[in-house]
Amino acid sequence: MTRAYWMETKFEFLKHLRMKSYSLSTIAFPLMFYCFFGLAMGRGNIPGAPLAMAQYLLATYGAFAIIGATIYAFGVGVAVERGLGWLQVKRASPMPPAAYFAAKGAVATAFGAIVVGLLFALGAFFGGVVMPASQWVLLGGTLIAGAVPFCALGLAIGAFAGPNSAPATVNMIYLPMSFCAGLWIPYEFLPSGLKQVAPFLPAYHFSQLALAVLHVPVQGTTIQHVAALFAFTLIFAGVAWLGNSREREKMYG
Amino acid sequence: MPVAQLQNVTKSYGPIQALRGIDLAIEAGELVALLGPNGAGKTTAVRVLLGLAMPTSGQTTIFNKPPSSYEAKLQRGALLQVAKVPETLRVREHIELFSSYYPNPLPIAETLASAGLTGIENRLFGELSGGQKQRVLFALAICGNPRLLFLDEPTVGLDVEARRALWSRIRSFVARGGSVLLTTHYLDEADALANRIAVINQGRIVAEGTPAEIKARGAATGLEDAFLSIMKETEEVAQ
Repeated sequence: MTRAYWMETKFEFLKHLRMKSYSLSTIAFPLMFYCFFGLAMGRGNIPGAPLAMAQYLLATYGAFAIIGATIYAFGVGVAVERGLGWLQVKRASPMPPAAYFAAKGAVATAFGAIVVGLLFALGAFFGGVVMPASQWVLLGGTLIAGAVPFCALGLAIGAFAGPNSAPATVNMIYLPMSFCAGLWIPYEFLPSGLKQVAPFLPAYHFSQLALAVLHVPVQGTTIQHVAALFAFTLIFAGVAWLGNSREREKMYG
Repeated sequence: MPVAQLQNVTKSYGPIQALRGIDLAIEAGELVALLGPNGAGKTTAVRVLLGLAMPTSGQTTIFNKPPSSYEAKLQRGALLQVAKVPETLRVREHIELFSSYYPNPLPIAETLASAGLTGIENRLFGELSGGQKQRVLFALAICGNPRLLFLDEPTVGLDVEARRALWSRIRSFVARGGSVLLTTHYLDEADALANRIAVINQGRIVAEGTPAEIKARGAATGLEDAFLSIMKETEEVAQ
């Protein structure tokens, strides 16, 4: 049955690649923002850090890209497929149930990784970012590993949001969370009120981990951020599970 | 031994009783039509038989196995009412994917031919007409070479030609030895296809028999009259 997992992943990838609303928004937005803030305006250094803006924002827009790719694929994808009956057709078939989620996770992470790769290329060729190879790899690896809690967040949204309102719901969570966590403009520049909110957002812990790879003086320790992301993953998975069991008893006809 | 069986099955959703004690058996090689108005419990009965909803009480089996078991899933196919199918996959890709769930699926070309999709296998699902979309769902139901098909209102929204074409595909599935449970609220559909009709209303089977037997009930001149008189009788009893 490994063939079913492979086919599910292959066609999930093709499906998303051809879905312009997904592929364009997840790829174009992080790249565009990085060009504006990291390249066009990012000539200066971050105050208090011996680091160019172009390098700093590589970590935070990398996180922004990973979150976008995962939260849309799961939040909108699951809400639509669940709410409009497609998931029922799959559940009635002998598809291994885990294949559906594994394929979505792999594809969302792959899209995120592609965008991170493009961001890295922009930073290296146009932003003058120079790092040892090991640091590039470690940053890329940290960003890709960070997909996990946001797949879970997307799953939780997808389990509750209606098929029509899901894109708006995802945006209402994704965009403000990204801003408040310091993904668009550095955390240090945020007003003090927002700085208080940031630790309650998974995106904040994610970006702090990515920044630590660049030796930026970050808030808290690596262990604390990893623990926080682990806790968020469990909470989101629990919420998704609740939504799923509620759904099974709700539908009738 | 029946290929699918509901024994005294009830299903409640909170205060709503969707099924109030249903007994239904489908024998091998038989096409049974579950006929009833909207909201009668047809789809709920199918959902219970597919393991998508747990019955509140009663027994359900598919080939003597629990309906949500892998063994049951391998031997049945289902065409369900679905509002949106992923549109950016091609016809052939949808079929390849579902075929990969089964250890011994039909060859892709045979599934395409049986569902009348030869020639449009490279179209994206989103580019298809309503009748073609329904044929793809039919293809997904038969691609695993099942012995039993569940068809939940398969011809709703189709034009006459597309409807007749799907009927003939259903008939050839039965001719090859398959069994079918078909739900419909079209009387002519039940009349044209079924060996046996079970009329369902308000969560109960209120009449059962061959199309001729159902038509003979009351002083009716046709199936539609018979249906309306059965509905009327049973609703009076319920009140």
